[in-house]
Amino acid sequence: MNTARSTEEIALGIRRRVFEHVMKNNGGYLSQACSAAEQLAWLYNEGLKLGAPTLPMIPTPFEGVPSAGHKTYRTGAGYNGPIAPDLDRLFIAPAHYALVAYATLIEVGRMSPKGLAMFNQDGSSVEMIGAEHSPGMEVHNGTLGLGLSTAAGLAYGRRRLGDSGQTWVFMSDGEVQEGQTWEAVQAASFHHIDQLCAIMDVNEQQCDGAMSSVMEVRDIRQKFITFGAVCVEVDGHDLEAIRQAAAEPHEGRPLIILARTNPYHAMSILEERFPRLHYVRFKSEEERARMNLSIAKELGVEPIKY
Amino acid sequence: MIEMVSRPYATAFERFAVDRPKVLCLSADLTSSCEIDGFRDRHPEQFLSLGMAEQNMMSFAGGLALAGFRPFIHTFGVFMYRRPYDQLVASIAYPRRQVRLMGFLPGVTTPGGMTHQSIEDISVMRSIPNMTILETGDATEVESICEAADSIDGPVWCRVLRGSVPRLFDTPIKVGEMRELSEGSDVLVVTSGICTEEALRARSALLSAGLSIRHLHLHTIKPFNAEALLDHLNAVRYGVVTLENHVTEGGIGSLVAETIADAGIGKRLVRLGLRDTYAHGGSRGYLMRYYGLDALALVRGIERLVGAEFGISESDLDAARVEAVHSLVKAEGL
Repeated sequence: MNTARSTEEIALGIRRRVFEHVMKNNGGYLSQACSAAEQLAWLYNEGLKLGAPTLPMIPTPFEGVPSAGHKTYRTGAGYNGPIAPDLDRLFIAPAHYALVAYATLIEVGRMSPKGLAMFNQDGSSVEMIGAEHSPGMEVHNGTLGLGLSTAAGLAYGRRRLGDSGQTWVFMSDGEVQEGQTWEAVQAASFHHIDQLCAIMDVNEQQCDGAMSSVMEVRDIRQKFITFGAVCVEVDGHDLEAIRQAAAEPHEGRPLIILARTNPYHAMSILEERFPRLHYVRFKSEEERARMNLSIAKELGVEPIKY
Repeated sequence: MIEMVSRPYATAFERFAVDRPKVLCLSADLTSSCEIDGFRDRHPEQFLSLGMAEQNMMSFAGGLALAGFRPFIHTFGVFMYRRPYDQLVASIAYPRRQVRLMGFLPGVTTPGGMTHQSIEDISVMRSIPNMTILETGDATEVESICEAADSIDGPVWCRVLRGSVPRLFDTPIKVGEMRELSEGSDVLVVTSGICTEEALRARSALLSAGLSIRHLHLHTIKPFNAEALLDHLNAVRYGVVTLENHVTEGGIGSLVAETIADAGIGKRLVRLGLRDTYAHGGSRGYLMRYYGLDALALVRGIERLVGAEFGISESDLDAARVEAVHSLVKAEGL
């Protein structure tokens, strides 16, 4: 463990934080915490080899975009520690999972809880759709499909440099509808980029609703294998299964872990909103209060005062 | 007689890249068409084939640059911005990656028609923050484009000529400068790329007609030295004519128009180029005549500017360079 806490505790902590935030703000990316908490907790607490953070625990305000004149520009990668040959890198490919990723940074002691209060506030770097200057981010991934390609290029470059560190991508299953994802897998396989690993939150949800109703993607495990990756499918809420999947040999090929998840895991009342779970905004005060009570009970906390 | 140089990029890129291990040569299935086939064969460890998958190639190059490499992407210019525009902006331009985008077949230099002709790339690139834009107009500029592009701390869009290329200049590209090819006082002519050769063809006929031409050639389109252009604008009597292998919106014609308007000076401007139209497939000479990008079009533009006719016809212009569409240098011609 990279922290003194268990990964289960961290996953629970992520859900509690995201739940509190969504309750107070009357909406947010709540379902993503249901599906992805174990994956992000596992990455930060076990999977990734990271150094100590290099940026302030309380995020600084937005300091401007990259330009020739902006000499002090930096990304948010420092929350994942320094960049070094033996350390791992992580891209959050679906940048709308940022709220869950920020909650993870807090749970693993890399960002102050005050950072979450800055979420989506004007002038803040803790942006709703994670930008490269946002805590824990290193590149822009706001359009889906960019992450795996960029990571493949980085991993290839790092291999040339003799780095031992891995390049990891947290992905979402909606991204497999993008052609770029398949271009990235075929290129990573063709160039034998085996320092590239991805874990994908397969919650079968996308903005319009259930993926099967928006665009069928069929057997994505078989597709990844056919495109040349090593692909393992596990229960995304089973940490032992994720650990075993990460140990899967994949010499000469990228590793893609499909984490099959439940979009209302540990918040079962959200099933009422299925299949519109991409962004949960409460429809009435009655619903908000009811969900507050139910989810708080399930997560073992007091109802949120909002 | 103009010296013609065969495949200047092939020689120049290899010479440039071979001692620079952080330079990587990326290709998208147009390796010989971009004259890097010899490099691929002799330096396979520095060459990456990324297939016909430009979206991935752009983000992948961004990742390579994040690792400290300087990827030179080689493909037809049009394939580097139309389909993978989002990746170009998000993975390369925004984070100021040192990716060098070597775009071949600028404008009407290909018989491939609409899908192969990059006719609005400069307009697009000019509007992308952090982008630098260079355009080659002769063999010497092609020979120096790699050093010029690689001197920039950020992404660079390059319009590269290939095949048999005339040598017009004897000094390399100096980024940010413009070439003063003549210092007349009647009309300012501003050209770039292959259109500069056209303007040179018209030079002696215009001189014989008694017109004093001030001619600027632009290899650096962004960043642009507006002050220097204003000095030239103020030095001519009638105004300015621009000629470009590009649509007249957003290219160097627009650049000159913006400079005039920003400074509030009253100079007439005639913009020549593709006039809000796509081109079709055909030989370069045919297309330049058909769409008004050649020496004769420039003469007519100058006549319009000064309100006089000089009686110049095609036979008065210096001999056109005859170039077969399908030459020995490149069999397919695409």
